[in-house]
Amino acid sequence: MANKAYQRIYTQLDAITKATVTLKAKGVSNDELAVVHGKLAQVVKTKGDSVTLQIFSGTEGILTNAEVTFLGSAPTVKVSDQLSGRFFDAYGHPLDGGPEIEGEERVIGGPSVNPYKRRMPSELIPTGIAGIDLNNTLVSGQKIPFFADPDQPYNQVMADVALRADVDRIILGGMGLSNDDYLFFKHAFESAGALDKIVSFVNTTENPPVERLLIPDMALTAAEYFAVDKNEKVLVLLTDMTSYADALSIVSNRMDQIPSKDSMPGSLYSDLAKIYEKAVQLPTDGSITIIAVTTLNDGDITHAIPDNTGYITEGQLFLRNDSDSGKVIIDPFRSLSRLKQRVQGKKTREDHSQVMNAGVRLYADAQNAKTKLENGFDLSDYDLRCLDYAKEYATKLLAIDVNISVTEMLDTAWEIFAKYFTKAETGIKAAIADKYWPEK
Amino acid sequence: MKSTGKVIGIVSNLVTVETTGPVAENELCYINLAGTDLMAEVIKVNGNKASVQVFESTRGLKNGDTVEFEGKMLEATLGPGLLSSVYDGLENNLATMEGVFLKRGEYTDPLDHEKLWEFTPIAKAGDKVVAGDWLGEVKEGWLPHKIMVPFAFKGEFTVKSVIEAGSYNIDKVIAVLTSEDGEDVDVTMTQKWPVKVAIKAYKEKPRPSKIMETGVRVIDSFNPIAEGGTGFIPGPFGCGKTVLQHAIAQQGEADVIVMAACGERANEVVEIFTEFPELIDPHTGRYLMERTTIICNTSNMPVAAREASVYTAMTICEYYRAMGLRSLLLADSTSRWAQALREMSNRMEELPGADAFPVDLSAIISNFYSRAGQVVLNNGQKGSVTFIGTVSPAGGNLKEPVTEGTKKAARCFYALEQNRADQKRYPAVNPIDSYSKYLEYPEIVEYLDKTVEEGWVANVNRAKNLVRKGKEAQEQINILGDDGVPISYHENFWKSELIDFCFLQQDAFDKIDATTPIERQKYMLDLILGICDRSFNYEDFEECRGFFKNVINIIRQMNYSEFKSEQFDKYLNELNKTLDENGK
Repeated sequence: MANKAYQRIYTQLDAITKATVTLKAKGVSNDELAVVHGKLAQVVKTKGDSVTLQIFSGTEGILTNAEVTFLGSAPTVKVSDQLSGRFFDAYGHPLDGGPEIEGEERVIGGPSVNPYKRRMPSELIPTGIAGIDLNNTLVSGQKIPFFADPDQPYNQVMADVALRADVDRIILGGMGLSNDDYLFFKHAFESAGALDKIVSFVNTTENPPVERLLIPDMALTAAEYFAVDKNEKVLVLLTDMTSYADALSIVSNRMDQIPSKDSMPGSLYSDLAKIYEKAVQLPTDGSITIIAVTTLNDGDITHAIPDNTGYITEGQLFLRNDSDSGKVIIDPFRSLSRLKQRVQGKKTREDHSQVMNAGVRLYADAQNAKTKLENGFDLSDYDLRCLDYAKEYATKLLAIDVNISVTEMLDTAWEIFAKYFTKAETGIKAAIADKYWPEK
Repeated sequence: MKSTGKVIGIVSNLVTVETTGPVAENELCYINLAGTDLMAEVIKVNGNKASVQVFESTRGLKNGDTVEFEGKMLEATLGPGLLSSVYDGLENNLATMEGVFLKRGEYTDPLDHEKLWEFTPIAKAGDKVVAGDWLGEVKEGWLPHKIMVPFAFKGEFTVKSVIEAGSYNIDKVIAVLTSEDGEDVDVTMTQKWPVKVAIKAYKEKPRPSKIMETGVRVIDSFNPIAEGGTGFIPGPFGCGKTVLQHAIAQQGEADVIVMAACGERANEVVEIFTEFPELIDPHTGRYLMERTTIICNTSNMPVAAREASVYTAMTICEYYRAMGLRSLLLADSTSRWAQALREMSNRMEELPGADAFPVDLSAIISNFYSRAGQVVLNNGQKGSVTFIGTVSPAGGNLKEPVTEGTKKAARCFYALEQNRADQKRYPAVNPIDSYSKYLEYPEIVEYLDKTVEEGWVANVNRAKNLVRKGKEAQEQINILGDDGVPISYHENFWKSELIDFCFLQQDAFDKIDATTPIERQKYMLDLILGICDRSFNYEDFEECRGFFKNVINIIRQMNYSEFKSEQFDKYLNELNKTLDENGK
């Protein structure tokens, strides 16, 4: 992004905050990029002659007489097949020491797909994890986040899901990743021998926070190239969206906007939706599926970030430490895949949704029994059976270290049902129960 | 002459324009961005500076770019062909747009100008008519679509001529009217109306007096919504708001359904226009899509058009109401619309109200809900707009401005509860906290006595009370333990579970259970209340639980069976046997 010849250079800044600078300039267009003292910036506000620029890497060291030049377009990324196997920073520059990419330059954060031109997502994405495949089945074209506390192994689970999913392309958008996690992803992709189908855009905690705002649009513009131009099935991993939202609040705060809930900008819903709604099943076979991570503070999903996310995404996968099994499980109560009905019993065995519902219902009974136990009451025979069931159900099906096929999951569930309950107690439709109930 | 202006300030989609002439609040304008016209609406005027909200992305816009004001507000185009269409919030036809991606500044015509409609005259030369009166009729699918005197016409007109029956396109002049001043005006099959103004071409707006059946038991029986009534569904995410709305859209007893997807997921819209063309309307046997119009401003589409989308949808409903039809508007979700208002208010640096929402939010909501209702038209026929909106309260907390503002305006309240959803007790409508004010209307009670059964409301209240008692019993059991309470507590608890599992819960994905006509609802509720009235033998609470679990299981199998089919009767016999064996 070198300066063009005969370009007007401004050298008089009127105001500087931690994230923005304001100056007088003419002929500037909204969203246009600029370079301030060698740092990349973007126009966020114009008022008369006065232009406010957001400096991605922070304003430290910028003097009031710093040189400012405008670049004439919104941020872009170069797309081509050369992206494969490469790691880039938030501006699309190589992080891996390799050469710059040659390809078509595309403006990021482009228009959305006409809803009428979308197709209904209907293809199963198997992950081998029963907490997902059995209870919260994923579908291509879906957008779904993991809700997890910072101490949970969400990046590992996400890497597992990505590598097991049957997709043509994986695009990682890392926002505020620790350097260790960045190396973890790099290692996981390399050792799986899958590097050539992976593209990564990474901003680590070492980089300035506002740069993170570019990552999702970079990753998704690349994803659109592969899905729309190349008809590929693309899986986009975004971690961690909480860091992204935190960066949004920094910028809005510096621009003196009135914060809404949890000091987040009032536009948080729209800002997040613009990213997640890029998930799409195209009329061709191409698709973009988004799996994201939203870290929580002590499991609190009422905070503005997970709350707005939940309203946008098609469900959420909730990680929880389970004391019965001593494992991290996908919580069956708080997790949900809104598109599961698209594939359950259609792309999987007919008993799928009945088994899923019965399994969760009985698990809820076990929770009630547990409460009784904690309150010091006598447990009935049914309660005791529920408790034993819950332990086995959590270990064999809910735990994230499970890796079996959907049919095996269903068979396992029937086995556990039959071990502890009668047909009537499961409440499953008689026709289905009679057919699949295991022989003693 | 139209006023013009130029851009002098840009913050996201809020643009400040310096104007050369007069401009009005809510007036439309087009901003020229390198040859592309971006539609925008005036939301504030201060001296010669107008703040406009742009319905498109403002990327690339520059100070100094030119603006042309239109001298009119945002209007909806009304006419035959609205049904089965998919529009954006500004009524652009999404189906006729080119390319996979939405192009900025691409505006498409809502109606097909080529298509021929079979016209039959209703009025004749010499008739005196006013705005909204019927001049003729075309068949839109199976619906009689009235061609009316345009709503914007003021005063009385005399029909000079009406074209004879035949096939015409929507631009054909089908009637000539003479005004009181002796001026002749042409009327075609289409007209325009500003979306933010209510259509008032009717004689009176009486209180609703009938129930609108939805096939959802917890609504129709427990908290029914009236035809021409208003209701809202607040609930945290993942509680089944959308599934419930779709169920109502599919089964609702209405002639016309307008679904406004306001700031929601695009895939939910896709689901509607992929499935509705194949699903059958249970009331008419026709395809659902034939009676449905979709207005979508999905969450990634420009924020300013979100507000327009709900108004456009309401205007289309009012248009069909004026034809003597029953229309149903479902808006998902009005919170996104409120958030759009908040974003703009914030950018204009207005002093914020609670949670940074604009201070007049509650008034805006009430005003919108007031556009629903049953009306008596000038010719004595009745039409209605029933409105159900969803609200997405932040953090699932109902003490927030949008929920509170809506609660004042809507007559029915369907509280979706996280706890019920967690237990997969769907639809997760809390039977106790929810209410329908219509059950207090004497005319509605009388209607139910006549159409369902004498004393129906009393029966429903008895069932509600049993649920309430069961909840109290459950709390006592949780505190004192199974052994610490008399067996009657367990009995009360299980009776409420019986009502919950067999009546309130409903499987929206089961072909049969998804829709329950009111006749079947009556049968099942009577059956269940009959069981609650009987006494049974059980030694201890374990036996009590076993007995009720068994009964619940049998009745659930009945719910999955065709009403009064052989299979249904088989389970009914099994049920009676179980009841008699254990009965006192």
